[in-house]
Amino acid sequence: MRIVVVAEHDGTAVRGASLSALAFAQSVAAAAGGDVTWLVLGHQVDSVAQDAARFAPVLVVDSPALENPIAEPFARVISTVVKERGFELVAAASSTFAKDIVPRAAAQLGGAMASDVVRHELVDGRLQLDTPRYAGAVTATVVLQGSPQIVTVRGSAYAAAQPSGETHGVERLELDSAVFNCRGSYEGLKSKQNARPDVTEARVVVSGGRAFKNAEDFEQHVGGLADALGGAAGSSRALVDAGIAPNELQVGQTGKIIAPEVYIALGISGAVQHLAGMKNSRTIVAVNSDPEAPIFDVADYGLVGDVYKITPELIEKLESHAVGLSR
Amino acid sequence: MKILVPTKRVPDTDQKITATADGSGVASDHLPFVVNPFDAIALEEGVRIVEKLGDDSEVIAVGIGEADYVHQLRTALAMGATRAICVECDQPLDPWNVARLLKEIVLREQPDLVLMGKQAVDDDANQTGQFLAALLDWPQATFASRIELLAGEIRVDRETDHGIETLRLPLPAVVTTDLRLNEPRYASMAGIMKAKKKPLDVIPVAELGIALEPRVEVLRYHSSETVRRGERLRSVDELVERLRQDVGAQA
Ligand SMILES: Cc1cc2nc3c(=O)[nH]c(=O)nc-3n(C[C@@H](O)[C@H](O)[C@H](O)COP(=O)(O)OP(=O)(O)OC[C@H]3O[C@@H](n4cnc5c(N)ncnc54)[C@H](O)[C@@H]3O)c2cc1C
Ligand SMILES: Cc1cc2nc3c(=O)[nH]c(=O)nc-3n(C[C@H](O)[C@H](O)[C@H](O)COP(=O)(O)OP(=O)(O)OC[C@H]3O[C@@H](n4cnc5c(N)ncnc54)[C@H](O)[C@@H]3O)c2cc1C
Repeated sequence: MRIVVVAEHDGTAVRGASLSALAFAQSVAAAAGGDVTWLVLGHQVDSVAQDAARFAPVLVVDSPALENPIAEPFARVISTVVKERGFELVAAASSTFAKDIVPRAAAQLGGAMASDVVRHELVDGRLQLDTPRYAGAVTATVVLQGSPQIVTVRGSAYAAAQPSGETHGVERLELDSAVFNCRGSYEGLKSKQNARPDVTEARVVVSGGRAFKNAEDFEQHVGGLADALGGAAGSSRALVDAGIAPNELQVGQTGKIIAPEVYIALGISGAVQHLAGMKNSRTIVAVNSDPEAPIFDVADYGLVGDVYKITPELIEKLESHAVGLSR
Repeated sequence: MKILVPTKRVPDTDQKITATADGSGVASDHLPFVVNPFDAIALEEGVRIVEKLGDDSEVIAVGIGEADYVHQLRTALAMGATRAICVECDQPLDPWNVARLLKEIVLREQPDLVLMGKQAVDDDANQTGQFLAALLDWPQATFASRIELLAGEIRVDRETDHGIETLRLPLPAVVTTDLRLNEPRYASMAGIMKAKKKPLDVIPVAELGIALEPRVEVLRYHSSETVRRGERLRSVDELVERLRQDVGAQA
């Protein structure tokens, strides 16, 4: 099977979630036979291409029209390259970037798409894909009909691919200018600069819920514990809605879906929509004043009590014990 | 202005959802059905735009599915949709076919804007809006948290992994909604009464002249369960100890 992986990047290097999509693709290629190629899209992306080439051969489409991620030109570039090169499987990470662009490309390629793949298996030459439904309560095993097949891959379900030890080739593609047509215009990105790692990339995630009354308390307790453990800060939707935490921090069915080594839930009740985002974490710790809170049902370790008392004590004791969980 | 809002009927996901014992589907007989929460947000936004314009603009709710769908479309009408269309179809649908059928409705109705949920909370596919935009070759803005109407254009704030992104698009366009766009209203008693008199067209799927082309074959469903240690700790010291042994050792 000829496989292409759409590389998501920050302008310099490939993002971790794309390395998980690459790992998925390499595993399919190993079972089905075939090869795996990166597709890097953007403007002035030489360093991204160099980074990607440590893992697999790279195709690059570099154009000023791809400076900002707008679905229309990006999708058309992807579907054009897939058709021209005869790729049979297209994979990308399950990020907002890919969820915007890849389905649009998929429809231009015939509509055989599965979202958020968490497991795969080759059975009698057919690629069976597990996709979560109902916020993860149920998993559906599906087979896509038609070619090419298009998938997004949940980063937390596949360990990142490792560099192959050699430097692969980089090929720049020139496409017809009509492919880059775009009717929309990009007016900017407002992001809170976050010194901590993203929840999707950290080994330890500390999340806060409605127990925290304001942004200062959230930063002091949730941010403070995240820093003590070298991890990321996350939150429930309740705090995002209240304007206490920025929306990029939201974990859950409609936020980010993660599976870090350790997930610590501080003052989060454990609504199904929140659990959908973190229940596959390796170890789950819950601190909640309500001994009946549903979060305890999915926790490995539970501690009943007031987060305003427990968190500072935990931070202080972790710092004096130097529990090494750094990235 | 004409706004089309595709609305999906989904089981209320606050309930416990499990696969049937034979894995052929999801045990849904006991489940109440609701309008997909993201579609309720899309409807609310459409109704607000029309209320603000105060002219003969309309919001048209569309549902594709079994005959029962009309209940959720009545809810959409009670929330303020001007009229509704139910495409009756008892065959399984995947996002490709939903988008192909919606395209036919768009070609008939010629809306200026299609507003719809970013994902349905049952299948969580997050595909249909983007598929529809591609099939129509219209610009798209997914995951909207703010929509501003300009002359012949819209400005949309989008929720992305890296912050809020702003796009400006010419109309017609497809916009998919995120949770923070608005808080949908509950249907009032007056709304429910009015809804009874609003037009609700039922179209048999055959009338749209689209042969379904399955793209996603579901082999089986299974319930996801993970076993947890569930240990209750008594003190912060115990927690520090666990983190050190259990977790620090893996570092
Ligand atoms: C009996 C039965 C069998 C099924 N079999 C399959 C199957 O084999 N394969 C499969 O993939 N799915 C199957 N489904 C689910 C299928 O009907 C889903 O609606 C479809 O896959 C769309 O996925 P989604 O809703 O997650 O799309 P999303 O892309 O998450 O939905 C986004 C938006 O699209 C709109 N939308 C989606 N569906 C509809 C609709 N029906 N009417 C109006 N608007 C809509 C809504 O605005 C929604 O917010 C089956 C359902 C039933 C009832
Ligand atoms: C369509 C839809 C999608 C959704 N998507 C998401 C999503 O992606 N992510 C998400 O998180 N939610 C999501 N939600 C919302 C979800 O249903 C819950 O409302 C939300 O997760 C609740 O957040 P919470 O646990 O912080 O707040 P609450 O449910 O209010 O819980 C607060 C908890 O803190 C405890 N507490 C209070 N004070 C203290 C204290 N001093 N010390 C210790 N404990 C304390 C309480 O006992 C309680 O258990 C979604 C909802 C819908 C309808």
